[in-house]
Amino acid sequence: MAQPLTFVLSVPETPEDHGPEPSPYDESEVHDSFYQLIQEQSQWVAEEGLELQQREPGPPETPGSGHQTLLGPEDPLVHSTATLRILASMPSRTIGRSRGAIISQYYNRTVRLRRRVSRPELRGVGRSARPSLRLYDLELDPVALEEEEKRFLLVKELQGLPVAQRDHVLRGMPLGLAEKRSLREESRTLTRKRRGRRGRRGLLPCCGRLRDACVLALHSLGLGLLSGLHALMPWRYALKRIGGQFGSSVLSYFLFLKTLLAFNALLLLPLLAFLVGVQAAFPPPASPGAVPAFTGLELLTGAGRFTHTVMYYGYYSNTTLNQPCVPPLDGGQCSREADGLPYNMPLAYLFTVGVAFFITCITLVYSMSHSFGESYRVGSTAGVHAVTVFCSWDHKVTQKRASRVQHDNIRTHLKELLAEWQLRQVPRSLCGRLRQVAVLGLVWLLCLGTALGCTVAVYAFSELMIKSPVSTEQEGALLALPTVVCVLNLGAPYLYRCLAALERHDSPVLEVYVAICRNLILKMVILGILCYHWLGRRVGVLKEQCWENFVGQELYRLMVLDFIFVLLDTLFGELVWRLISEKKLKREKPEFDIAGNVLELIYGQTLTWLGVLFSPLLPAIQIIKLLCLFYIKKTSLMANCQAPRRPWLASHMSTVFVSLLCFPSFLGAAVFLCYAVWQVRPSSTCGPFRTLDTMYEAGKVWVRRLEQAGPSVSWVPWIHRYLVENTFPVYLVSALLLAVIYLNIQVVKGQRRVMYLLKEQISNEGEDKIFLINKLHSVYERKERRAGRTQEAEQLAGDLDTW
Amino acid sequence: MGGSGSRLSKELLAEYQVRGTPVPGEFARGPALASGVPGRAAGRVRPPGGPLNPSRFAFQELTFLTKQEILLAHKRFCELLPQEHRSVEESLQIRVSLEQILSLPELKANPFKERICRVFSTSPARDSLSFEDFLDLLSVFSDTATPDIKSHYAFRIFDFDDDGTLNREDLSQLVNCLTGQGEDTRLSASEMKQLIDNILEESDIDRDGTINLSEFQHVISRSPDFASSFKIVL
Repeated sequence: MAQPLTFVLSVPETPEDHGPEPSPYDESEVHDSFYQLIQEQSQWVAEEGLELQQREPGPPETPGSGHQTLLGPEDPLVHSTATLRILASMPSRTIGRSRGAIISQYYNRTVRLRRRVSRPELRGVGRSARPSLRLYDLELDPVALEEEEKRFLLVKELQGLPVAQRDHVLRGMPLGLAEKRSLREESRTLTRKRRGRRGRRGLLPCCGRLRDACVLALHSLGLGLLSGLHALMPWRYALKRIGGQFGSSVLSYFLFLKTLLAFNALLLLPLLAFLVGVQAAFPPPASPGAVPAFTGLELLTGAGRFTHTVMYYGYYSNTTLNQPCVPPLDGGQCSREADGLPYNMPLAYLFTVGVAFFITCITLVYSMSHSFGESYRVGSTAGVHAVTVFCSWDHKVTQKRASRVQHDNIRTHLKELLAEWQLRQVPRSLCGRLRQVAVLGLVWLLCLGTALGCTVAVYAFSELMIKSPVSTEQEGALLALPTVVCVLNLGAPYLYRCLAALERHDSPVLEVYVAICRNLILKMVILGILCYHWLGRRVGVLKEQCWENFVGQELYRLMVLDFIFVLLDTLFGELVWRLISEKKLKREKPEFDIAGNVLELIYGQTLTWLGVLFSPLLPAIQIIKLLCLFYIKKTSLMANCQAPRRPWLASHMSTVFVSLLCFPSFLGAAVFLCYAVWQVRPSSTCGPFRTLDTMYEAGKVWVRRLEQAGPSVSWVPWIHRYLVENTFPVYLVSALLLAVIYLNIQVVKGQRRVMYLLKEQISNEGEDKIFLINKLHSVYERKERRAGRTQEAEQLAGDLDTW
Repeated sequence: MGGSGSRLSKELLAEYQVRGTPVPGEFARGPALASGVPGRAAGRVRPPGGPLNPSRFAFQELTFLTKQEILLAHKRFCELLPQEHRSVEESLQIRVSLEQILSLPELKANPFKERICRVFSTSPARDSLSFEDFLDLLSVFSDTATPDIKSHYAFRIFDFDDDGTLNREDLSQLVNCLTGQGEDTRLSASEMKQLIDNILEESDIDRDGTINLSEFQHVISRSPDFASSFKIVL
């Protein structure tokens, strides 16, 4: 009878005055008493169930002490304090603070892990542990176990795991270091004992130990190498400083720049090894005519002195170089053949560029899919308020000023979110919406018109250049077309920015996407018309000359001028603008335009990929350019800019950047190169393919030669005949790919549905929980009252007796 | 940077060789005391036998840090200590007060700095950090820590009253930390109420008026930026 009273008393009055970390014992006491209470209650209810049933339909007539009404889910804040207290001591809530709960949770996880792994080592687990394991199923009855026992069980479970996995599990536990270490020590000592026992059995453990030792040594070697790499990691402090001062968003630009550097290095290495190095070692006979003197203008135009060097396609010979075969990409067969087959330059050229491109493609697709997996989760659309509040603080920020800026940003963002949310409750008027649509259409029309105008201008100018051929003396004139292109590329984005000020988008993210989209359209259209100009027009015009060299030089010029214009943009757009706005307009520093700068990087990378076939050293130049750009942008950023005021979804944005790099940029370059390799006739005076109809012929010739060589390599022609020349496999592969994508989409759809259902169920369970607790409370109330009444009656009787 | 790191590692090595194998139970005792179970862990741990290995404290195995990072952390931690306590053994024992840790530039500008230190502190009064606590902190905030453990500690940092759930008071304190504590920088009362209502509406799945750990982790899992922003680089 006294039990309910003790239960009420055993709950601490307020959770706050319970100390920072309530001891797990208190919790389990609460759990215990609650458990007993339920048991007792069920008996009691069984006895007097009739009364309860009568009362159930309607709300209780006498709401106990004023807060015992059953509450609906729509009003969750008015739970009685007692209900809240019980809720607070429920197992799901205690994981956040008590060690016992953490241990038991991880015990369950380890059990699951072990069951999944089910390694043969398990046989060695001490027999004594097994039955007790089965007895205590923590998922069923977490209350019954003391922390000590849970700990013991966890140690037992950890022993069942292999060492590496055990460390992994321990590392991921949210416990203190000393606690983790003692767990590790315990599980290790027991393992050692067990090992010792097993060691007596036979020779096998000896081999096992040797294997273990080898694996461990390899593991530590790998770790050492990794940490060495980590120490070599360049720019760690520069990146830390940028992150500390400007936050993750600006950091994402510099990380993207680093990624591009890696891509270029990956592209450059095979080219250097198999093309440039080999050709430089076996230089072709010097071309007739005097070598032009170095004037300095070459650095801008890429022509003149540079023309007949390893930099351009024209320098490479179409013969086989007298070199014993390096195990290179021109097929492993050569070394097996008689008299050490020499190095076939055309073939090496084709294959090296192809393989380098293929490697880049795979890396790019992999990093894109990885990035997509990171940044887009199933059902990740809802919950913007919660995500903003929980995830928006950037702990990397180390400067007081930057931290203040971040405070301001988050505050404005939260206010905007609330305002937006309220706006959404009240739909906008028809008139306002019409006006918005009109403005939007107009601005888009203007932007597309500008892009079209730029394209026409570039086309007209290129035609003009063809009509008035430049003599070799006036090399400077070669720079005219690239300059025009760069001016358009620089000017149009500013125009777009002015136009974007007219339209008011609902969300800042949408604004950024629209800006990226417009700039991208402009750049792609201009590059497209240039490609047409080179492959469609120049090839026809430059009949006697080496058109590949010309295209390579043109791309070199574009790249160098693009770099110069970026420098100018940094100087005027950032430095001078900062001076003006600080001194004259008394405004703050300008923001760093992340989207614009990233698009510049993507544009430069596209130029590199377009030119790699005609100028194999272009990636090297791009690497130098990126290195310079890193330091220049960093300096300019530190001096002239402030962190962007808009909140910026850094990881979504980097996903978008990588996809843009993959989709229009890399794919466009690949299409351009494929067209050049398969369809365009190479010039007949220079380059490795000078005698052939198309560059691809080199491969065909090689296959034909292999066919004659004999049956030992017959699989190569076979592959060529059935897989490359026949179009059916291509269709098959694409159809399979489409099917896989479709299936994936369907699976995701199904998962979303299941998630929705589960969420619904959880919310129902929560209601049930509260309902049950309230029910119990009302039952107790009555029991208490009855006890009080009987006591009163007894007292009364006693009083009467005394009377 | 690399020079001092290697010098430090040599020092550590030399120290180990001079002192031989100490009892690791000494290191395990502090947290055990803090959690109210005196001497339990200390009694169980046995000194490791066999030859001496430098990674005897298993810092690398038990944290997400690389060797370089651990050495760097040790160096930074020693800089906080008075000159006479900077020997390796002593630096592993001694505790540094909250004020000193908070003076680190990496934490100085962080509005959650006090909460972070309190969550990672294992001393009974939650007001000082040992080197191991410091390593724990850095491990959770490192690059390679799993999102799971990051979100767990984020939850504990945001749970200002340490009651295991985020209730309305916790949320309003959290928002105040985010927007700045000053009177003029706070959200107005109505805005705050609206915001907290929206947060609960979005993330309180079981509708009990508070956000518990799993609900919190559910929200966090939807934000890929969390793992990249929940980082402290030493």
